[in-house]
Amino acid sequence: MKFFAPFKLAGRALRRNKMRSLLTMLGVIIGVGSVIASVSITNGASKQVEDKVASLGQNVVTVFSGNFTSGGMRGGWGSAPTLTVEDTTAIQNEVANVVAVSPEVRDRMQILANGLNWNTQIMGESPDYPQIRDWDIADGTMFTDADVRSIAKVAVIGKTVVDQLFINQDPVGQTLIIRNIPFKVVGVLEAKGFNLFGQDQDDIVIIPYTSHMRRITKRTFVNSIMVQAASKETIGQVQEDITTLLLDRHKSADQDFTVRTQLELMQMATSTTRIMSVLLGAIASVSLIVGGIGIMNIMLVSVTERTREIGIRMAVGARGRDILVQFLIEAVTLSAVGGIMGIALGMAAAKTTSYFTGWPTLTPYAWIGIACVSSAAIGIVSGFYPAWKASRLDPIEALRYE
Amino acid sequence: MNAVIKLTEIHKVYHTGEVDVHAVRGVSLDIEPGEFVAIMGSSGSGKSTLMNMIGCLDRPTEGSYFLDGIDVSTLDREQRAEIRNDKIGFVFQGFNLLSRTTALENVEMPMLYNRRRVPSREQNERALKSLELVGLGDRADHKPNQLSGGQQQRVAIARALVNRPSLLLADEPTGNLDSQTSIEIMGVFQKLNDAGITIVMVTHELDIARYTKRTVILRDGKILTDEPVAGRLNAEIELKKLRQAQAAVSLA
Repeated sequence: MKFFAPFKLAGRALRRNKMRSLLTMLGVIIGVGSVIASVSITNGASKQVEDKVASLGQNVVTVFSGNFTSGGMRGGWGSAPTLTVEDTTAIQNEVANVVAVSPEVRDRMQILANGLNWNTQIMGESPDYPQIRDWDIADGTMFTDADVRSIAKVAVIGKTVVDQLFINQDPVGQTLIIRNIPFKVVGVLEAKGFNLFGQDQDDIVIIPYTSHMRRITKRTFVNSIMVQAASKETIGQVQEDITTLLLDRHKSADQDFTVRTQLELMQMATSTTRIMSVLLGAIASVSLIVGGIGIMNIMLVSVTERTREIGIRMAVGARGRDILVQFLIEAVTLSAVGGIMGIALGMAAAKTTSYFTGWPTLTPYAWIGIACVSSAAIGIVSGFYPAWKASRLDPIEALRYE
Repeated sequence: MNAVIKLTEIHKVYHTGEVDVHAVRGVSLDIEPGEFVAIMGSSGSGKSTLMNMIGCLDRPTEGSYFLDGIDVSTLDREQRAEIRNDKIGFVFQGFNLLSRTTALENVEMPMLYNRRRVPSREQNERALKSLELVGLGDRADHKPNQLSGGQQQRVAIARALVNRPSLLLADEPTGNLDSQTSIEIMGVFQKLNDAGITIVMVTHELDIARYTKRTVILRDGKILTDEPVAGRLNAEIELKKLRQAQAAVSLA
């Protein structure tokens, strides 16, 4: 038998019973449709979370100093004076696969400019900071290593600060006063929006960490150290190496710092959506199986109804194999067409949901492939038994069948 | 010349439950190319069983069967299907056309199962030629329910001929037809036989058997008589007579 002939036959047989074919496909349409819709919705949700986590930076490993305890009062992470600028240098020089490092000192302070004032986060960082946070400068430039060395009075500010203090003005080149010290604005960061925890990331002023530590806070310790690993794959190793290095440098029995990776944060943040998607996927797969049973049922009916046709075909020379292929292709056509319609329905349902609820939805291409393959597989699995039954018919009996 | 059918001591035993049914008990039969044979017998004579074996739908329990020089008595299911496709054209009592499928597509159907792939244009041409041979060239796109019984049987004959078989096998081909249409169909068979096609036909109607050249009568699974037809009828002449008689009736 030729390659295309069975497809033509299947098409003809299915068109002959349009309503029945459609109803049979409905099971697969709904099954595939609900899989695609639920995957699109949960995938959209986890993409949103991932984007938020990614906004923290690229392949970031963060070292927090330990908690500070004084007379029974425990200060929380970052409060103990254990991390130093020297630790930062050591990480940069001694740990492999580290591409950028920034010590971080931060404080909330009142700042002045243009006769307006505003309370914001003042961050002391190294020039690597925008690279680590994957954060572009919208206007002007980032301060340089030379600025760090010379303890320069320069600042790069976030969008919110611009909106609050430099209304309708170009802030670059203007002056900002922090604790009575004038800082020159050299750059403006691109707007980044809110982070995973609802904080406004643009409400920020960044100055060289040396300026922060010597001119403003007179501090000798840093709150945390931000490290960028070379790639996703090396994050784990970098985390381990930093831990070993700092334990060695601090020479204390207790670990007085913590090393967190972005990956851990990502996993925590996406765990809920992952559970949701597994649950929804499981429910949807059940309806897909029900669709498969529907196809098997109709194919069995169809084989019985067409016993005589099978007998005629066998009499004129169809082999068992030919009959098997014919019915199998009918079943696969039913489920594959149903699958394609289901994909369209599922995507439409996801778009509708997103339109009415405002949830972001995203249909992953891989899942379209999975849906196609699994609906074809369902056709093969559910069509095989009826097709096999048809192929085993005795032509003499089949011809006599009324 | 080689016999188209060479049956030697054919037996067929059915094991149905407790009793063994010995349907065919030692039939030997040679049929040469160009013959037109009627196999006759009452029900239970074993003629259907013999027919199924000749048609390679079934296998003898004992004995050998050479079809067109090939020993087909030992072939398995799939091989027999290929032999049927290649060597035998079937015509049934109930026409057995696929409903809701045009005459042309019905005739093309056996070519779907050819071992050698037939291009669809050639399929089309051959099917159409086959239909023209039975006088239905102008009905190619009619569906069975748009055709009369005689026309449906002609489509079935066209289908049987399309793979150019060595043997045309007809099982009670006129059983569902009125007498005039029966004679018309026998006319088609006679014409095909004149063109050199070997035909074996099972029937229980004596007057239909008179259109063939040789009659084999079976009883209790054995051949009772095997003789040439005496006083063979010619379908064309008989049809003419019948029409004259009808004309006379309507004139009176």
